[in-house]
Amino acid sequence: MNPSAPFSAAGESSGSKKPAPSGREQNFQQLRIEKISRNFGATAALAALDLTIRSGEFIALLGPSGCGKSTALNCIAGLLPLTGGTIWLDERRIDQLRPERRGFGMVFQNYALFPHLTVRRNVGFGLKMRGIPGNEIRRRVDAALELVQLQAHADKLPGRLSGGQQQRVAIARAIVIEPPVILMDEPLSNLDAKLRLEMRAEIKRIHRDLGRTTIYVTHDQDEALSLADRIVVLNDGRTQQIGPPEELYAKPANLQVARFMGYRNILELDLERVEGSFAFLAGSGLQLQGIAQECLTSKRAVIAIRPDDIAIEPAQRKINEAHPRNVIFGQAELVEYCGRDYLVDVLAESGVLLHARTPRRIVTGDRLRLAVSPERVLAFSPA
Amino acid sequence: MSSAASIQRKTVDVTALLVAPGVGLVLLLFLYPFLYGFLLSFSAHEGVGLRNYVKFFSTPFLSQTIATTLWISFPATVVNIGLALPIAFATRRHRLQRLLTAILVVPITLGTVLIAEGLLLYLGPQGWLNRFLLVTHLSTSAIHLTHNYWGVFLSLVVSGFPFAYLLLLSYLTGIDPVLPQAAATLGASPWRQFIHIYLPLLVPGLAIAFCLSFVQAFSVFPSAVLLGAPAGPTRVISIAAYQAAFEDYDYPMASAIAMIMAGVQLLVVVLILAIRVLFYRGPTVGPKG
Repeated sequence: MNPSAPFSAAGESSGSKKPAPSGREQNFQQLRIEKISRNFGATAALAALDLTIRSGEFIALLGPSGCGKSTALNCIAGLLPLTGGTIWLDERRIDQLRPERRGFGMVFQNYALFPHLTVRRNVGFGLKMRGIPGNEIRRRVDAALELVQLQAHADKLPGRLSGGQQQRVAIARAIVIEPPVILMDEPLSNLDAKLRLEMRAEIKRIHRDLGRTTIYVTHDQDEALSLADRIVVLNDGRTQQIGPPEELYAKPANLQVARFMGYRNILELDLERVEGSFAFLAGSGLQLQGIAQECLTSKRAVIAIRPDDIAIEPAQRKINEAHPRNVIFGQAELVEYCGRDYLVDVLAESGVLLHARTPRRIVTGDRLRLAVSPERVLAFSPA
Repeated sequence: MSSAASIQRKTVDVTALLVAPGVGLVLLLFLYPFLYGFLLSFSAHEGVGLRNYVKFFSTPFLSQTIATTLWISFPATVVNIGLALPIAFATRRHRLQRLLTAILVVPITLGTVLIAEGLLLYLGPQGWLNRFLLVTHLSTSAIHLTHNYWGVFLSLVVSGFPFAYLLLLSYLTGIDPVLPQAAATLGASPWRQFIHIYLPLLVPGLAIAFCLSFVQAFSVFPSAVLLGAPAGPTRVISIAAYQAAFEDYDYPMASAIAMIMAGVQLLVVVLILAIRVLFYRGPTVGPKG
């Protein structure tokens, strides 16, 4: 059975006599966010966010806390008025509509379940507000509860549910109204690690099944990478990069994004020369060849390398032996066992500390040879 | 294990001792006079018995004070809560709320006698209100708002409203503001957010505010004398008790009236709290996982 059947069935029956939630469009081509900004006093919490979202897309707003991602979400939901910019649902301007007129479903960080209403009435709240008849509310709520596997808890108050169950109720409550866009504000941040992975898969599954346009706020790059079709990286209210996860992961636009994408080795070196897209760098006893990510004009450059891109093998090096570029000798300083692999802090002979990841069993004090492919050394201009 | 249990028991015992001064004070200042009055109410010149209670309920002049008092205190409480709820709601996040709160608290600090005096000057036959109405020809004769039912009623509103307002304001600000936001994203207009989210979560607060306001209004005395018609329409139950005690010097009778007064208040409070049980009484913030 098509998992989305309960919802399409609901749509089909209400197709003719739908109580038409005033101007609400289930189907749209694109949500255009044009240069929206929001100031709190003199500080700009969000500056000129520009984003066009296709119907059905899953967008992640990613950034550290205080970067403006939740502000952006609240602005899109209508909970915060804009300081500037416009929002369009196709040709309809919606940024001046109150949240209840926009009809975007929202999942809040603390779920915001109504404590005085049962799970069933929480989920049915949006339908009741739309004046949908009781028997149809019942049917659609049942379908939504089935989707999040909470049928058995329908008559409980939210206070009696676990965190993961509350999260499911919050999601069911947002999707049951069949909103054009679902907004999620760090929905997994209050869950423990195991549950977070489960719910992440659940959110992915629901998005796959229902194909609802989703804007998802998170500070966790793993969540963003695994869920999103496109990621928007924000920092200090400014857009750093917009692109598919693969692109951000492989080619971060700047150091901020690189840091956020897990490039833990960040070193400032002397720039020797640039040949085509390759940059040759030296300093701190290292000699590296990397790819210039932007026009390098100063004599210094900052390189970013992910721990996974460094290959480790045990090595005994003869003193003063010459070594090729992109090879570094050092000693294991600290080894963290991560199950699948080891995260090793390597103290290079030159005194630089590098982070590397390897499936090879490493013990503290081992002498190591590190190598990194030039394609995986990203060179940026110093900030 | 048994030693751990005994240690725990000991700790509890020591901690419990900290309650002793409070309990002592309550016993001394409340329970003792209450029990004394309770026992006194059963004695009379003719001996021990229910004579005082029988006399109260068989003498219309006395028993009708219950109705008179309810007739003033109940509407006043309803008006107080009815005014305080929308005003507290409107000002709960207003930037001038602190100023407003400060202004509204003033009547509480003034005390009923000063309020009564102010109202007499303001609303009396020669007061500003009547002069204004006569000068502007809005009214051809003076409006009588003092020395009758309305004088007492208004003074109960002036002194009772700030109390209800402050109580409800604190209950309102205790409701997680994300809940109405969530309701808004689900399509609820501000009015429906109020009806479906604020109001149900406010029921316990409304019940408590109603009980406290009512008890305050029911024991009205100074303004009933100063602003009312203490011989007639505003002869409230506390006046009856006062007359019994300090005009007839019949302390047992006065004690009986005080007991009846307490009984009526208790009855209303129990009734309100019983109604409250029918509603949701849990936390007013969303549950945390």
